[in-house]
Amino acid sequence: MPDATPLTPGITSGRLSAETLSQNFDDLHPAYAPHEAAVAADRCYFCHDAPCITACPTEIDIPLFLRQIQTGTPEAAAKTILSQNILGGMCARVCPTETLCEEACVREAAEGKPVEIGRLQRFATDTLMHAGKHPFTRAASTGKSVAVVGAGPSGLSCAHRLAMHGHDVVLFDARAKAGGLNEFGIAAYKSTDDFAAHEVDWLLKIGGITVETGQRLGDELSLDELQNEYDAVFVGIGLSGVNSLRAAGEEREGVSDAVSFIADLRQASDLSALPVGRDVVVIGGGMTAVDAAVQSKLLGAQNVTIVYRRGQDQMGASRFEQDLATSKGVRIIANAQPVAVHGNGAVAEAEFEYTTTKDGALKGTGETFRIKADQLFKAIGQTLEAAPEALKLDGRKIAVTGAGRTSVKGIWAGGDCASGGDDLTVTAVAEGRDAAEDIHASFLAKTP
Amino acid sequence: MADLTTEFLGIKSPNPFWLASAPPTDKEYNVRRAFEAGWGGVVWKTLGMEGPPVVNVNGPRYGAIYGADRRLLGLNNIELITDRPLQTNLEEIKRVKADYPDRAIIVSLMVPCEEQAWKDILPLVEETGADGIELNFGCPHGMSERGMGAAVGQVPEYIEMVTRWCKQYYSKPVIVKLTPNITDVRKPAAAAMRGGADAVSLINTINSITAVNLDTMSPEPSIDGKGSHGGYCGPAVKPIAMSMVSEIARNPETHGLPISGIGGVTTWRDAAEFMALGCGNVQVCTAAMTYGFKVVQEMISGLSDWMDEKGHTSIQDFVGMAVPNVTDWQYLNLNYIAKAKISQDDCIKCGRCYAACEDTSHQAISMSEDRVFEVIDAECVACNLCVDVCPVEDCITMVQMAPGEVDPRTGKVVEKEYANWTTHPNNPGACAAE
Repeated sequence: MPDATPLTPGITSGRLSAETLSQNFDDLHPAYAPHEAAVAADRCYFCHDAPCITACPTEIDIPLFLRQIQTGTPEAAAKTILSQNILGGMCARVCPTETLCEEACVREAAEGKPVEIGRLQRFATDTLMHAGKHPFTRAASTGKSVAVVGAGPSGLSCAHRLAMHGHDVVLFDARAKAGGLNEFGIAAYKSTDDFAAHEVDWLLKIGGITVETGQRLGDELSLDELQNEYDAVFVGIGLSGVNSLRAAGEEREGVSDAVSFIADLRQASDLSALPVGRDVVVIGGGMTAVDAAVQSKLLGAQNVTIVYRRGQDQMGASRFEQDLATSKGVRIIANAQPVAVHGNGAVAEAEFEYTTTKDGALKGTGETFRIKADQLFKAIGQTLEAAPEALKLDGRKIAVTGAGRTSVKGIWAGGDCASGGDDLTVTAVAEGRDAAEDIHASFLAKTP
Repeated sequence: MADLTTEFLGIKSPNPFWLASAPPTDKEYNVRRAFEAGWGGVVWKTLGMEGPPVVNVNGPRYGAIYGADRRLLGLNNIELITDRPLQTNLEEIKRVKADYPDRAIIVSLMVPCEEQAWKDILPLVEETGADGIELNFGCPHGMSERGMGAAVGQVPEYIEMVTRWCKQYYSKPVIVKLTPNITDVRKPAAAAMRGGADAVSLINTINSITAVNLDTMSPEPSIDGKGSHGGYCGPAVKPIAMSMVSEIARNPETHGLPISGIGGVTTWRDAAEFMALGCGNVQVCTAAMTYGFKVVQEMISGLSDWMDEKGHTSIQDFVGMAVPNVTDWQYLNLNYIAKAKISQDDCIKCGRCYAACEDTSHQAISMSEDRVFEVIDAECVACNLCVDVCPVEDCITMVQMAPGEVDPRTGKVVEKEYANWTTHPNNPGACAAE
């Protein structure tokens, strides 16, 4: 039995028993059994020019793969999915389907109950991956080589598509493991059983991809050298910086980035050894805020509060994610911005000011309140860090046009670090894939 | 609650729902359970002649066709007539009839096409006190290979001959059960009538193979790697059965011949439809085999509620009501012009109507960029395919054009008067209106 309980003050580990922790971090959406899947898939109307396809950033032919499940060929369904989205397995787990394909599903309009596309996609991809099959083969080697920097969703997607076309790919990543946010940045209950790592291994079965970890752009790698050594370069380095609160006392002990907390949790081999506060406050309104808050609660924090500066309907996290948080006991306070972090050394309280929006501008009302906090997570967005100077920026991201072309010929970019598109796994996959096709086309154009 | 009491050939039963001659009516035990559940009558599973009983296969007897969620839509079987001794069945029939005098018990029979065979068995059946007999001229498998069942039902002369023997050697009503495995069901029905049948019942099961096992390449149900066509029944056969029933009901030669309707009756509504097409009662098998005997309770309450709603106080009020509306194609009103109409409030924008019309029909539905689907009246022939494929009930309807309006497809004024093919100018055989 653990020594600590949810009531133990301060940041401590072992608030819950190993058994409870394992239950808490179990699969959010259990996998379908084959009959359940067939019944669920049969609900699809096989719409003409289906709205769900349009709503999917990777444009998976959803009605076709659902029909393939329904007719007892889940592996064919998986191939339909993976040919558009090689990380279809992870996307089935983490996509905010409620704002993408399932929101567009005509059954959502008809009866408020869409076809459960995400879970069905997982059924298909899991079936194929459990069978140990990789449904694509690599074309004959072209002799062209491409450096893909960043082994997150966009980089993995780009590398796979390039390898499929017969190009030789070296996939670099700054961390010790490939996977990017799939491996380090998603709530554990969305990617159980080390799925992200298994998916990377499975993806690499295409062949022709060499993974080099511990290689950070700007440190071990330079864009100039990569350009010299390779026929093309793809940059998918994500957003490694974290925005600051700009509130007094931000440096106090107990204040940290939500993304680091999530990464630590994902890499922890023993959740009961992972410390969490009794009174946890998460500042932000996106998926990262919800992931950090929910997981704090699941680790045994007594009180967890998300504080978001605008209205709840403007939160980046979907309604489904918000409901998930509140169902786990997380409190959401909207329209409040951080003013100061109080405490004697470590954080003890966080102070907020209520806000109102006037003429589109957010303004403090002057009324403040304090929340008890021994741990405070910042989840107010990530920023591009160490962007190569050679590349033009669009706002705070690498400027791209068309299929991920940067301002420098021969260099493409995609995923969260590049301009355009939502910062979603599925969007990153689409951008990586499309950049790969563009790189491939550029090689063909040059070869007489 | 409407009175469901039914009198069919003078045989009374508390409701028009009888169990058909089939596995559910093979034994006293099952029949007693059926009566306790509320069934109005049973047709006892077919008896054969005295002597060693037939034997059945010792492997799968049934094969199935499924809809979504394994909803059973069609069943086939290769079971033969009763494989229990004749004497056992006769004793049981007598006991059950004595205990349930208000329920109908009909005995199904199948013996060789020899007068003596019928002369032998009929007095034994008479002695049980059962209310009548049904001649199984329909069983399509096994027995037909031995010159019985469908082999008789496919030869009108045999039907007439055997029916005549039965009327001669048996005093109570004789129902002739017809096989659908023929080209024109009116012929055997007329033969039965000529032989003196009191009624016909139809349809028996349809020759079928429900599936092929793609690993073993054996038809299903498979017995040691081989399969044989079995008799198909269940919801899937209802349209075929209703058409055959209506042909007999509206044929001048057999019009008025009582009919017991069989074929995929699963709900009260199915029963009401069969009866509207002229059936005095219905027989059920697959629904009971799928859901158990309790289903009759829904049939009873549903039929009764519908009768109340329509103001029918007895079954006879609506039996045959739809028969005058079954006609030949040539008599359909060609001046009736309708157009599909899509209710935009109900439309969920799936586009199935568009795909169906654009790909396979008349290109009469337009699709806008924001998925608004509208009927193009100038192209619409009112084929109804969009209605049939639309997942939302009543979202697309067929709206009749009023006389005097101009059909934008043909540019012609909609005529008020009825006119059919027989007088149409395009018909080379048209008789000019005088």
